[in-house]
Amino acid sequence: MSTDAKPAKKQKLSVPFDYSKYLRKDKLPHIWCPGCGHGIILKALLRAVDKVGLEKDDICMVSGIGCSSRTPGYVDFNTLHTLHGRAPSFATGIKLTNPELNVIVTTGDGDALAIGGNHFIHTCRRNIDMTILVYSNAIYGMTGGQFSPTTPIGSFTHTSSYGAMEPPFDTCEMAKAAGATFVARATSYHVQDLEKTLKAAIEHKGTSVVEILDECPVYFGRLNKMRSASQMMEKIEKEGTVSVKQAENLSPEEIGGRLLRGILHHDTETAEYCDQYAALTERAQGK
Amino acid sequence: MAGKTVRRLLQGNEACAEGALYAGCNFFGGYPITPSTEIAETLSRELPKRGGKWIQMEDEIASIASIVGASIAGAKALTATSGPGLSLKQEVLGYACLTEIPCVLINVMRGGPSTGYPTGPSQADIMQAKWGTHGDHPVITLTPSTVPEIFTETIRAFNLAEKYRTPVFVFYDEILGHMREAVELPEQGVIEVVDRAKPEGKPEDYNPYDTSYEVAPLAPFGKGRRFHITGLNHNDDGFPTNDSTKIDEGNRRIMAKIDNNVSDIESTEEYLMDDAEVIVFAFGSTARSARFAVNRAREKGIKAGLFRPITMWPFPEKALKKAADKAKSIIVPEMNLGQTILEVERVTGHGTIVGLQRVDGEPIHPTEIIELIEKHS
Repeated sequence: MSTDAKPAKKQKLSVPFDYSKYLRKDKLPHIWCPGCGHGIILKALLRAVDKVGLEKDDICMVSGIGCSSRTPGYVDFNTLHTLHGRAPSFATGIKLTNPELNVIVTTGDGDALAIGGNHFIHTCRRNIDMTILVYSNAIYGMTGGQFSPTTPIGSFTHTSSYGAMEPPFDTCEMAKAAGATFVARATSYHVQDLEKTLKAAIEHKGTSVVEILDECPVYFGRLNKMRSASQMMEKIEKEGTVSVKQAENLSPEEIGGRLLRGILHHDTETAEYCDQYAALTERAQGK
Repeated sequence: MAGKTVRRLLQGNEACAEGALYAGCNFFGGYPITPSTEIAETLSRELPKRGGKWIQMEDEIASIASIVGASIAGAKALTATSGPGLSLKQEVLGYACLTEIPCVLINVMRGGPSTGYPTGPSQADIMQAKWGTHGDHPVITLTPSTVPEIFTETIRAFNLAEKYRTPVFVFYDEILGHMREAVELPEQGVIEVVDRAKPEGKPEDYNPYDTSYEVAPLAPFGKGRRFHITGLNHNDDGFPTNDSTKIDEGNRRIMAKIDNNVSDIESTEEYLMDDAEVIVFAFGSTARSARFAVNRAREKGIKAGLFRPITMWPFPEKALKKAADKAKSIIVPEMNLGQTILEVERVTGHGTIVGLQRVDGEPIHPTEIIELIEKHS
């Protein structure tokens, strides 16, 4: 041991997170394309689940149809891959039957907001305890790149060769208006915020909706002159959003067309559906 | 065996709700639709009292999706609808067939197509029961013809769903849904109630589609066996497959589990059929008119009989073929433009098959049937 060595600086050892605890490794590699943001969301979700301290047996993940809806196949929970748009309705039946389960729905912009729009808003209205993650990449990826309810006006897709002409939904405003008691927006670029937001969403009792802006470089990027995933993240997720905190000091003009990111709505007062049902049961039984 | 039996005057839809409760139904997901709504209404009062779950969903698709989800979590689940709702539910019915999730669907048949005649009876959904959802799929459909039989057939529907891990339908027309008859409601334990098989062995070894069983046990979500369910063609472990051998095997297996057990599922009534020369093939409320007509024909010395399918699907092929071999003619009255007659023709190949069809929202009157019996005796 050398005597003139400088005393070791106290360093916080960063232990890499062991994802294998939660993954069905025999089902990998996943089907997502290179550059797709879905894998980033999945990893953030698993870290969030770990931080909340949920047991795998107590998690039920439900999805619809689309790229994002393939998430449940890779995770070692109780997993249900359902029909296009219908995931929240299947999830409602599961949650009401077994309120002990922590229900997480993974869905996309097309799945949740177009074909499943009715199920989405009514699930929010009921405020049944589940976490709905809307992977929002503004395109139908699984079917090869068609415009979705979140595709910005003027964007090019395989069904909007002359520029998309329909106005997009604001997913978060809709979820809030429909009655969801936790509404947040995150991105696959701001990964640490994403993990924190997902943790808070899971911990919230009631319907939580998190819209996660992520990128589809293969379809959306290629057709809209964004050549790489990193370029898309830079332009859409970094430059295209502003955090709720930053926005506090900005005028509407300064915010411009940027979307707010962070927890946008958190209501802990409104009663949750399964709790309400338990109270109804007591009334029916004359207790 | 003998227990205290309660005798009650019940509407068909109420008897259906009572049958569901008797069978252990503890989850109802529905959407209001005439003429089935009394089932939802009755269960909205009764289920919470018994600790069961009841939910009115945002639409017909969501209501059946909710019951399939409930069943996956271990519930015995029911939905009820009528024609337009049945059309909407087809997507999820196919999902339940492929993923082999037990559930029961009641269809109180009204006039169609489209909104049609919501308050009038019909029997025009019989072919939709069999062919409604896309792809080849197994179908069990029960068609009671009295209010007491709605009670018992609803129980049987749950038993078959649990036993064969498949959706089971009970179809009856608006007349039966709203007519009232005395129903004997026995104490629990008198009528057999079947619950789905429970998986054994280590949780990590569990395969939800274990082909070493004819019908593999289904574990509920959240009770220690973590597994995957998908509407894609899948392997024994529930995960998607592109293996053509497994796709073929799975598609054939879900059909075979029903086809190989027809004798267990089939149920028919043969009334005055021993020496019958003229057979009336009828179901639902039309079978009531047919029975009346057969009795009148017998009074006139005509050897008439009633063949009544209580299980419509799988179609009672053997029993009907046997009965038809001795007959001079077969009369097929039905409240549609000729649906079950196609099956009667296919199965019997009989030379004299006469249809009697009404789609005006009025029941088929016994006199219309008597006329045909006399003409073809």
